[in-house]
Amino acid sequence: MAHDTAVLVLGGGSTGCGIARDLAMRGVDVTLVERGNLTDGTTGRMHGLLHSGGRYAVSDQASATECIEENEILREIASHCVEETGGLFVQRPEDSDEYFQEKLEGCRDCGIPATVLSGREARGVEPYLAEDVSRAIQVPDGAVDPFRLCVANALDAERHGARIETHAEVIDLLRDGDEIYGVEVRHDSGPGKRTHKSPGTTEEITAEYVVNATGAWAGQIGDMADLDVAVRPSKGVMTIMNVRQVDTVINRCRPKGDADIIVPHETTAILGTTDEEVADPDDYPEEQWEVDMMIDTLSELVPILEEARTIRSFWGVRPLYEPPGTGTQDPTDITRDFFLLDHDERDGVSGMSSIVGGKFTTYRAMAEEITDHVCAKLGVSATCATAEEPLPGSEDISVLEEGMDDFGLRSPIARRSNQRLGSRAADVLETDEPNPVVCECEGVTRAEVQDAIDQSGSDLNAVRIRTRASMGNCQGGFCCQNMATELHPRYDEATVREALDELFQERWKGERHALWGEQLSQAMLNYALHATTMNRDNDPAGASTQVDYAQFDGGA
Amino acid sequence: MAITDDVLVIGGGLAGATAALAASDAAEDARVRLVTYKQSTLRHASGLIDVLGYAPSGDGQQQPIADPFTALESLPESHPYQRVGVDAVREALAFFDEVAGDAYAGAHTDRNALVPTHGGTVKPTARYPVSTAEGLASDDRDTLLVGFKTLPDFDAPLAAAHLEAAGAPFDARGVTLSFPGIGRDDAKVTRYAHLLDHDERVETLTGETGAREAIAATVKPHLDGESRVGFPAILGDEHPTAVREALSDALGADVFEVPMGPPSLPGLRLEDLLYDALESAGVRVTAGVPVVGHETTSEGMTAAIDHVVVDRHGAEIPHEADQYVLATGGLVGKGIESNRKRVTEPLFDCYVPHATDRYNWFVDDVFGEQPYARFGVVPDTELRPLDADDDPEFSNLRAAGAVLGGYDYAAEKSGAGVSLATGYVAGTHAGEACQ
Repeated sequence: MAHDTAVLVLGGGSTGCGIARDLAMRGVDVTLVERGNLTDGTTGRMHGLLHSGGRYAVSDQASATECIEENEILREIASHCVEETGGLFVQRPEDSDEYFQEKLEGCRDCGIPATVLSGREARGVEPYLAEDVSRAIQVPDGAVDPFRLCVANALDAERHGARIETHAEVIDLLRDGDEIYGVEVRHDSGPGKRTHKSPGTTEEITAEYVVNATGAWAGQIGDMADLDVAVRPSKGVMTIMNVRQVDTVINRCRPKGDADIIVPHETTAILGTTDEEVADPDDYPEEQWEVDMMIDTLSELVPILEEARTIRSFWGVRPLYEPPGTGTQDPTDITRDFFLLDHDERDGVSGMSSIVGGKFTTYRAMAEEITDHVCAKLGVSATCATAEEPLPGSEDISVLEEGMDDFGLRSPIARRSNQRLGSRAADVLETDEPNPVVCECEGVTRAEVQDAIDQSGSDLNAVRIRTRASMGNCQGGFCCQNMATELHPRYDEATVREALDELFQERWKGERHALWGEQLSQAMLNYALHATTMNRDNDPAGASTQVDYAQFDGGA
Repeated sequence: MAITDDVLVIGGGLAGATAALAASDAAEDARVRLVTYKQSTLRHASGLIDVLGYAPSGDGQQQPIADPFTALESLPESHPYQRVGVDAVREALAFFDEVAGDAYAGAHTDRNALVPTHGGTVKPTARYPVSTAEGLASDDRDTLLVGFKTLPDFDAPLAAAHLEAAGAPFDARGVTLSFPGIGRDDAKVTRYAHLLDHDERVETLTGETGAREAIAATVKPHLDGESRVGFPAILGDEHPTAVREALSDALGADVFEVPMGPPSLPGLRLEDLLYDALESAGVRVTAGVPVVGHETTSEGMTAAIDHVVVDRHGAEIPHEADQYVLATGGLVGKGIESNRKRVTEPLFDCYVPHATDRYNWFVDDVFGEQPYARFGVVPDTELRPLDADDDPEFSNLRAAGAVLGGYDYAAEKSGAGVSLATGYVAGTHAGEACQ
């Protein structure tokens, strides 16, 4: 039987994109389908921590060891997505000495470089740490941009011949007896790049093998073929500050707890998190107490957070899983390890495996293991090269620091662009046309926005995750409109209008959780600019009834 | 040493300036002072003087209001316009027309005009800067819109297409050109304005010419019979009329500006106009100084403000007046502040109604009926802020502009009109009370 593709990967998060890249690099014909944008599920909703492994050095040493190995690999293959911030596990007077010691020894057992700093030394590294922080363990935690890392994997998969299809929701698994042979997807309507199919149509995609990499949504996919995949989605809040109060990852050195980490991320700092099991990964409460807890509890470590400005909060859903019968009650105690469920071995249904559990830092190793498994099924003998081959943008990193004043950009803009684009900077920024700044907060220029539109079409949220435009202090109030105009004339006026509305509403979604103080002031300004100055809330272009222009003042 | 005035206005935006002008108009001999701390929010504003563009509390998409004055009658009792009365709104507009002179148009009719915005929508407004007058969307002449490659805020071809989708009764076309004499991709709008104000010499393909001539020569080949040409609002800061006339003569077509977002030159020009008027009226203006405290006295049932304390570069100077006007702005201008628990008016701690749960301060649709947009103090008919029991907080304090609550200026398109009407009424009462 002829198939549309050899392997069909479901899910455009880090795991799915990592698998697609690995398969494509091994010469396997692969198609990836994603319901929304790349990173829309869990990947785009994490705190941006590149684990050193320190976090798991006491509770789960296998994970900790894997983290430090992958941490070192990502610094090499994705240098433009990683910031080597370093991390501290800080101890307050009420935190246990015994645990501190266990943490230190655990790090050393797992090969994680770890140094003890006195409270004073720790404040030398991070001056805003509380006066009563007694000591700290320094580890090589880092910050990673999950958007760019995931997109870089997808781009590289495409370079190796993969088909990456976003806005294509799986509506059915194709099953013939005890064999799964593909899926039916519905192509979404809405702004976006739809090179293959028109919005609203459905398509059957058949494959020799299907990989269910939908994480927290894996259970829903399983249900379509009467397969029980008991993921236990667990939500966590992340609260974003308007500046970096810290330049180092700050962890609380205690066994477990909510609100115990601060990650410096680009121009912001991200506070995390909570851990609460939810029934539906698409519909769960986003609660005020979670935001308040981030600020109140983490202020114990960094007191200025109490009065600092937060710009938004967002929630992510962990795809936690444990084998049937384990029966852990508290989601905090569920293992962060991943599981490969071969439905042939497990359920007697061939043609598909599901991947559940796991964590972002080790996405590549997970992808490698799954790809090995799939290749064995298909009889492909090529070996994995993803740990050695740099991702697009990370090649020839030496050129990164050169040419800071190139491209006629002010140096902070040039530096930020270089950091985001890595070795692609020259290709993207070299233009004979004027290249004004489109997003002032994040220093994103027209050329970079145009490059993102080349990749992702008219979906401005896809442009946002590639460039960081609209992710700064103003949360898009000043720049959404400018980003949208960059779509014209490639896309018509109606598409531009729809794309702008979608981005503006998306920005509001997270901003609602930061509505006090400066950010409430900013929200009112944004509302005034878009409603008062532009009249976007009552735009006659979207109205069902025509405005009778003759009734209005036509001039003296 | 205390500074003593008859009327002290706190806040230097449209409402504060209007209140100070109205106070000195109502009481010619009165000493009127205006103190202002931060830059006013006029730099964010389009410079349009809207009165009422849409009915409040409407569900979903609405039709713009053609006659705002008739519509004012049906506003709820709590709306600031109802507090001051429709006649006062008319008087305030007439007062503004007097102050603005020929810098503004629209006074010839009660009807709203529809003005194209930089996003390509149209917006209802009662008065508009004269620089915008030739560009009305409710005028049916065909239009050429001109944008510039280095100004990403205004995409002329897109705005033209949007106007067409909005059903504007004329053909609109847009072109995107290079601005002669602008070397940097990130030049500020004030740089464009300066170039035109001073008609600086610029290099063109045919040699060196004045900036105005160079712009006209760049645009002219794109004209195809249109009788008016619209530019982003960058046509001069100090000499906008001269710039517009020069371009108009050279192009053989009327020239207008499309209002833009911040920093907005039409907003800044309005600010200049107001401060010139304050100077002419003899109002003493002290800028860059925050009010940091106040003392009250008690005469009978209601407290009164004895004096406020102004921080002048570190020195705390009492400012004493007979009457006070609070015109410190809303959430944007920081006349209303908030923390995670409550919403406050920070200077006098006037009562600001709000839900105790901050998750009830907003609704999920960004353009829905937003409770936060209505935050502000509650005034009586003389615009004295009321406490939670509906009694005046202070006998000699009135409030004007966005510090008032109970209306959503963004949805209604009523911000400038409310500032004018309440500034006028608060200032007039303050002036009369100290006579």
